[in-house]
Amino acid sequence: MSQPSMSEALRGIVHRDLQLAMRHRSDVAMSIFFVVIVASLFPLGVGPESAVLRMIASGVLWVTALLACLLSLGRLFTADFLDGVLEQMLLIPQPLSILVVGKVFAHWVISGLPVVLLSPLLGLQFGLSGESLWVLTLSLLLGTPTLSMIGAIGAALTLGLRGSGLLVALLVLPLFIPVLIFGAGSVTSSLAGIGSEANLSLLGACFLFSLVFAPWATAVALRIALE
Amino acid sequence: MSINWFKYSSPQAFHPLAGRMIPWFSVAALVLICVGLYIGFFVAPTDFQQGDAYRIIFVHVPAAWMSMFLYVIMAVWAGLGLGLNARPSFMMAQAIAPTGAMFTFLALLTGSMWGKPTWGAWWVWDARLTSELILLFQYIGIILLRASIDDLRRADRASAVLALVGVVNVPIIYFSVQWWNTLHQGASVSMTASPKMATTMVTAMLIMTLGFWMYSIAVTLARMRCVILERERQPSWGKNTSIQEVAEAR
Amino acid sequence: MQWGSVSEFLAMGGYGVYVWTSFGVTALCMVWEVLAVWRRHAVAAAESRGLS
Repeated sequence: MSQPSMSEALRGIVHRDLQLAMRHRSDVAMSIFFVVIVASLFPLGVGPESAVLRMIASGVLWVTALLACLLSLGRLFTADFLDGVLEQMLLIPQPLSILVVGKVFAHWVISGLPVVLLSPLLGLQFGLSGESLWVLTLSLLLGTPTLSMIGAIGAALTLGLRGSGLLVALLVLPLFIPVLIFGAGSVTSSLAGIGSEANLSLLGACFLFSLVFAPWATAVALRIALE
Repeated sequence: MSINWFKYSSPQAFHPLAGRMIPWFSVAALVLICVGLYIGFFVAPTDFQQGDAYRIIFVHVPAAWMSMFLYVIMAVWAGLGLGLNARPSFMMAQAIAPTGAMFTFLALLTGSMWGKPTWGAWWVWDARLTSELILLFQYIGIILLRASIDDLRRADRASAVLALVGVVNVPIIYFSVQWWNTLHQGASVSMTASPKMATTMVTAMLIMTLGFWMYSIAVTLARMRCVILERERQPSWGKNTSIQEVAEAR
Repeated sequence: MQWGSVSEFLAMGGYGVYVWTSFGVTALCMVWEVLAVWRRHAVAAAESRGLS
């Protein structure tokens, strides 16, 4: 039997991870409910005045999505690490970065994509409408996979450590900030009428940059954690 | 006189060498800081706009510059460690981090002290102060990550990766926060010193920076000596050093 | 010299609190760091000697 190609390996790992996730469908639900609950906390804390809510909407919804990503990072590698499967992945001929891309993509489908699909509804809750709703969804569509890829570096660095949940947050939040600024900024600029193209382009640049470098850094971190 | 530098790449040899270098850097630091303070307080005139509050820049700017400079140096040592698989490089990075974090904290504190009388606010979200704050988080992350990992080799390499990822992040953060400031009009305050500074002011600032740099070298070398001694006691990098071997090495 | 008296020097044109807090905390931190590293070395050296 010939060696599977990189794209086959990629598809294989995405398929496997999604299948495993489907056995725990509650994981998908958890991301969704977390975002809904946390997003609801802000109006309760700040007051229902629509002008205020519209002003804070982009920041609140983006921070909420960011926190959801952060909290779900623990599930990215832990199961495979505990099984010993992760160590096996280090040994197969396909580049580890490709496997990382696959795992992160599957992880994003489970925890990030639901947030993206839910965001128009949440935006409506905060008084966003029309173009800004689209911009919000698009920004999250570009941003959440970026956050997942960057977060994977932190997850790999803290693999198996005690207290890793909080530690991952501390390591990864500084890296999240540019994505947050451009993502939330796109919605803000859309609301202000300036046009969101600049912010969305920068967000796209972040996505591409992280796609090129983050899986590689994650692979390096995984090897360090497992050797 | 040719020096066999490779001799000093072993921690055992570096320990006494560092011990001999520290006094020189300490004296240099002391002299430069004293000269800098003298010029800053007794030669540099009172600023027309900011009064005497501006004199805070004589610690704020050196601290800020050192915080960023030390981070880059730390990242360089981290990169060398990963690239050459050299333990002493990791140890240098480990020795630099706390001093860098301290200067970052001082930059933030003195920046706040400067901002209140000058701009009326204890904190402003301009690019430089905000980047400095993120830098502090990155320093702390590196220190905490190292502290959380028991295995020395993994701790060295993981914190090195984090340092390198962080050094890439710093310019990105700076750019993104500047961008964010232009997006949200009204954030027109900036912590940049007034464009035209008297020569004496610039001189004092530079001398203080040099003094802080000498100080950083001295403290880093001293901390490196501590790290060397502490690591000798542990079985390093999976190898079980017997007590006998440690005694013989000395 | 531009300071008429010691009290003028300490007042720093009304900004004394800010200026001296800044310089004071900076000096304190640097002295503390030096002492902390010194102590750390003493502990490490003592423990090394205890071993061999």
